[in-house]
Amino acid sequence: MRKPLYKMNNDKLIIGGHEFGSRFSLGSGKYSMKLIEAAVKDAGAEIITLAVRRANTKEQESILDYIPKGVTLLPNTSGARNAEEAVRIARLAREIGCGDFVKIEIMRDSKYLLPDNQETVKATKILANEGFVVMPYMYPDLNTARDLVNAGAASVMPLASPIGSNKGLATKEFIQILIDEIDLPIIVDAGIGRPSQACEAMEMGAAAIMANTALATAGDLPMMASAFKNAIEAGRKAYLSGLGRVLTRGASASDPLTGFLRD
Amino acid sequence: MVKVNGEQLDIAGKTIAEYLAETKYDPKRIAVERNGDIVFKAKYGETVLNDGDSIEIVSFVGGG
Repeated sequence: MRKPLYKMNNDKLIIGGHEFGSRFSLGSGKYSMKLIEAAVKDAGAEIITLAVRRANTKEQESILDYIPKGVTLLPNTSGARNAEEAVRIARLAREIGCGDFVKIEIMRDSKYLLPDNQETVKATKILANEGFVVMPYMYPDLNTARDLVNAGAASVMPLASPIGSNKGLATKEFIQILIDEIDLPIIVDAGIGRPSQACEAMEMGAAAIMANTALATAGDLPMMASAFKNAIEAGRKAYLSGLGRVLTRGASASDPLTGFLRD
Repeated sequence: MVKVNGEQLDIAGKTIAEYLAETKYDPKRIAVERNGDIVFKAKYGETVLNDGDSIEIVSFVGGG
């Protein structure tokens, strides 16, 4: 039997000194009031991302009206094509006045929406020095993850598969390496489409899951949100308990091998 | 003329606070950049828009 890793009742997610009880975060790209309500009430989200765009006075409605107090707002730098643009967006986001958290998201192409790891490290260094709690979105690569740690990141957010694809853990092996080697919360962000995939990532030792499309494109939002909550909690418990071992080959009886009803 | 979010407007001489009040922006929900530098909220009342200034006014939307 393996030794359990931690006690479940003291299991908090800590990012940049802030404590979270939930391990589900919502990306809000595709959002509606229904989605935010389901994510907060049914999936237990305590972190919701936001984007920064030119303001428009004609649209009086604001996403901030939908987000309950107590939820941590995580502005992202989407739209940034390099470190300089990401830093500019992050500073503007902080000036709007919703805290020091920032998710760095730097993309050079709009077809695959893959993060630019090198520019992400540069932006992380600048923003961490300015006191931001920096959560960089990245392509799962150990060298980059180490650079992000040295640059002052508060977490590392590797993608599971292309953004919005709902294809699950295409980068599984490489995320596992990050979990094993990096001493920061690894939050799997992008591509998680089903609760079973979220559960698997949590079993591997991921600290949290961020999702948007999986909920936004589901049939019944509150029910799917609740399914994600259960899956994430199940995966977390499995990880903390220590998964049972896997045989390389053959079988191992789980029933007694004596006292059979035969001669 | 002053460029605000890409649009040329005849508002030179006004302060940022005056412009925001006229256009009904909620200062608590925006950030303002003038010629590439952030204008802190406390400075809206004393920052006068000059001819040729380029202003960006941003807010949060769903994303990420």
